[in-house]
Amino acid sequence: MTFDGSLIIDSLPRLMDGLWITLRLYVLALTCGTTLAIALVLMRISSKKYLSWPVMGYIYFFRGTPILVQLFIIYYGLPQLEFIRTGPLWTFFREPFFCAWFALTLNVAAYTAEIFRGGILGVNSGLVEASKALGMTYTQTFRKVTAPIAFKLSLPAYSNEMISVLKATALASTVTIFDVTGVARKIVAETFAPYEIFLSAAIIYLVLAWVIQNGVRHLERRISRYAN
Amino acid sequence: MPSKPPIISLKSVHKYFGTYHALRNINLDVEEGQKIVVCGPSGSGKSTMIRCVNGLEQHDEGDITVNGHMMTTDEKTGNLIRQEVGMVFQSFNLFPHMKVIENLMMAQRMVRKKTKAEARDTGMKLLERVGISAQADKFPGQLSGGQQQRVAIARALCMNPKVMLFDEPTSALDPEMISEVLEVMTELAREGMTMICVTHEMGFARSVADRIVFMDEGEIVEAGEPETFFANPEHNRTRKFLDQIISH
Repeated sequence: MTFDGSLIIDSLPRLMDGLWITLRLYVLALTCGTTLAIALVLMRISSKKYLSWPVMGYIYFFRGTPILVQLFIIYYGLPQLEFIRTGPLWTFFREPFFCAWFALTLNVAAYTAEIFRGGILGVNSGLVEASKALGMTYTQTFRKVTAPIAFKLSLPAYSNEMISVLKATALASTVTIFDVTGVARKIVAETFAPYEIFLSAAIIYLVLAWVIQNGVRHLERRISRYAN
Repeated sequence: MPSKPPIISLKSVHKYFGTYHALRNINLDVEEGQKIVVCGPSGSGKSTMIRCVNGLEQHDEGDITVNGHMMTTDEKTGNLIRQEVGMVFQSFNLFPHMKVIENLMMAQRMVRKKTKAEARDTGMKLLERVGISAQADKFPGQLSGGQQQRVAIARALCMNPKVMLFDEPTSALDPEMISEVLEVMTELAREGMTMICVTHEMGFARSVADRIVFMDEGEIVEAGEPETFFANPEHNRTRKFLDQIISH
């Protein structure tokens, strides 16, 4: 087998275009999903069943089905519904990028809500009592004591999720999006050089994962210097 | 002598954990300025009792009145009471993600709506009073157990409470750190603070308490002034307990 290095150099500009799409999809899905996760976890830990039960069902569905299947349901399935195709939502759901973003966001939200819930359960109940004993309300205690500590406890699991989502963005290539993987597939189809091109794509993902890992490690070190 | 109503009053209080009868018919009145020491074997309900006083545990029967407010299951009432009642825990429970001074400022800002400068000022004064103003900008994890507990006392005092509850404040401390915490508590007692202390420190009880309450199996077995309590306990159970903790 021969290894054609010039092929990699030639395809770099197109892979960089794909990188831009991957990054946009990734950052949008991660930030929106995490924001949604905060709302979901607040509902999930509520003692009111009409708030917690729907979230439990939601999390159960999104954790129990493959993202690829969810993406296909959204991209291929929803347009079969009359009101989607003829209604105002069609502006969004006809866009593959929107569908990929939507599927990933819902996924991030489900997993991250569970991660945050784990963090909240991990907060020493004595601290919550101490705050309560000072006359702080439940909401004040949650904001000032529970949430910051829970976030710190959630970080290791959350950083895992950040890496998972990065890799999951590659699924977008199955619905005609030219992210890194999509571009790579297209170049391979033209050049019949899967080894060089997919290896380049893999290296791009590796670099991104490395950046994310180190960023989180840095953050972890910063916020847990003295907090036990 | 015209008597003011007691600042804390427990009347026929019962508490259950499931089927376990944790508090049995507790009756206790505490006048303003009084220092009560509660002792008894572990599992006797001492902590449960003082945790009912500020509503960290909810009692099932009877009435608890604190500073004129009747404790109910309503969060608002409980909160109103807790704002006037300071509590110190066995395990300190300082907020690990905040500096010492921030630990002291938080509730002043959130509950008393004080400005940052006012809260810091009060905080620093109280840290000075417990002798650790030099540690204000450290995190709790950097302090010794004794220092942490003194911070916890200062944090409770920041709210200018009418009553202080101590739940075994020295039980988690290394022996050499017990005295520094007891000194702060003794000083507080001398200044006239109303206190209920659950503790096994009988030296502290003897010198500070107006009344010692002995509990066993969820009930108050006897209560009396230190001299009579130590010299002439009425009940066998009390005698047995005192023998056990004093014989070593």
